[in-house]
Amino acid sequence: MDLSCLYPVIESLAKVLFFTFGVVLPLVAYSTYAERRLSAIIQDRVGPNRVGIPLTLLGFKKDLPLSGLIQPIADGIKGLLKEDFTPSYVRTFFYWIAPILTAVPAFLTLAVIPFGSQFTIPFIDHTVDLTIADINVGPLFVFAVASLSVYGITFAGWASNNKYSFFGGVRSCAQMISYEIALGLSLIPVLMFYGELNLGNIVTEQAFNGWTLLPLWNEKGFIFTGAYLSHGGVFMQWAMLIPLFIAFIVFTVSIFAETNRMPFDLPECETELVGGYHTEYSSMKFALFFIGEYTAMIVGSAVIITLFLGGWSLGFGLDKLLLWDCELCDWKWYAGLIHMGCFLTKIVAFVLFFILIRWTVPRFRYDQLMRLGWVIFFELALINILIAAVILMWNTPGFDTTAKALAIVAVGIFTFLMILLAKSINTKRETPHRTS
Amino acid sequence: MAKVTKLKRPKLSPSDNIYLVGIAKSAFITLKHAALSVLGKSRGAESLNSSGTGITMQYPEQKWDDHLPEYYRGAPALVTDEQERERCVSCQLCEFICPPKAIKIIPGEIPEDDTWAKVEKRPKEFEIDMTRCIYCGLCEEVCPEQAIYLRKDYAITGTSRQEMIHDKSRLYEIGGQRVGLVNKWNDLK
Repeated sequence: MDLSCLYPVIESLAKVLFFTFGVVLPLVAYSTYAERRLSAIIQDRVGPNRVGIPLTLLGFKKDLPLSGLIQPIADGIKGLLKEDFTPSYVRTFFYWIAPILTAVPAFLTLAVIPFGSQFTIPFIDHTVDLTIADINVGPLFVFAVASLSVYGITFAGWASNNKYSFFGGVRSCAQMISYEIALGLSLIPVLMFYGELNLGNIVTEQAFNGWTLLPLWNEKGFIFTGAYLSHGGVFMQWAMLIPLFIAFIVFTVSIFAETNRMPFDLPECETELVGGYHTEYSSMKFALFFIGEYTAMIVGSAVIITLFLGGWSLGFGLDKLLLWDCELCDWKWYAGLIHMGCFLTKIVAFVLFFILIRWTVPRFRYDQLMRLGWVIFFELALINILIAAVILMWNTPGFDTTAKALAIVAVGIFTFLMILLAKSINTKRETPHRTS
Repeated sequence: MAKVTKLKRPKLSPSDNIYLVGIAKSAFITLKHAALSVLGKSRGAESLNSSGTGITMQYPEQKWDDHLPEYYRGAPALVTDEQERERCVSCQLCEFICPPKAIKIIPGEIPEDDTWAKVEKRPKEFEIDMTRCIYCGLCEEVCPEQAIYLRKDYAITGTSRQEMIHDKSRLYEIGGQRVGLVNKWNDLK
């Protein structure tokens, strides 16, 4: 029997096991630790610094203190051993399925993230693409699946049969659907620029021609060498920075809103809603919500990094050193490992950025949140698409000056209309008439 | 009728409205806090006796005992005077004043042949239930013999309720000797 048909299956399975269980889950666990530690030092506290390996339980003289590095494991054990309490008044089916529905979509989106270039397994000389599923609709898949997690939160809020949880669920539902629009529209300039929906190809392009937000090098060389400037398309790369940077900001802020992170954590704001949608949950079900939230955070930062900050590429022209053959673009066998390390470093940096923002920006009011999503980001993303289109048109042959001028006028009119539209939406609440 | 003053919201400049500048500034502040607390140079770290990170003191290893104020009210305890005499004459005033009824006294006679026979009474049993005590200090205030004092012990722990009831020997152990107060029962008088 020919078993060679099984090789792709085994390869995918190995990648799934390695990436989700070997990389992302420990990253999730340690991002909770990082969150607690960094929050603590920002607030002049110490944070969890006690948990070590309790060697005294095994009969040794002293415990092994690891300045709290075992904390996530202790948290996990605690989550598993705690009583799993289900209140009598909940809708049991939805109550049980909600945490799963929050965690699963977040993990599913990991499938399309390219976490490295290529890795050639030594000795058997087999090249593995370091993406679980290298599909041609990467960002669309991420949006489609990630938006499913809204079901989990809404179900949780509704099934808890508790008014605060319900508020949390409804808020999250409205918030995630609103920001989905800004999320999708803000990416269009990037996709137009690369003419590509395959995340792996987008990253490879960035490795050789400059990151989306840092186009300092291209195939001809670094910015300081003459060839860089004489190379065609350099002007467009720099001009495109304007719409791409706007896209980056809109996309990043929307990711914050999508993952219910701090300036937009209205679904679970402790000061208003007790605990929000997970008030009634305990033990591992509660932990699953957090695993889902942190995985969404990691996937969100992975998408931002992949699209805007060069994904796994080392950047600054260093990626060329890892090539066997520049013509065929074959990577050296260890290139994948270096790229993976680079990718993880970027992810960790971005997760730390998420945590920093949490303690920097105070929570928005709900009407401000909706206004930001629908009135500002939606319009801004639309205008941004047109600006990107005009800049791309400059470098495309076949358009004369009249057409270009008309295009600019059209963008101007559209921008004007959008600003009029935004102004006409009155989000200011009437100040209540006060009789004194 | 109070005068009502209408306050106007300050007009935000365009750069305030964009937020990004503000966010960058405040991110700098939070980062500065993080850096300073890692270095142990947060504001107040010195005076609050910080452990080296932030301004927090690591409790069981470091304690605040040296900084407790003179008037600190910790565990109530009985004291003896300079001649090792029990100051308490079991008048039971503290038992009566104690708001949570934490004190229980069984008075006892001092036998005729005792050195301190003229004092007449000392407590046979004296118990303070530390699960009830609210550290109000009324017992100390009401005591005519200055026999009961609130000491600076605050870490009163026990693994059972019984352990949390301080009996006479424990109370004298915490209280110890206290000198230089009233000398009502001295030989001199």
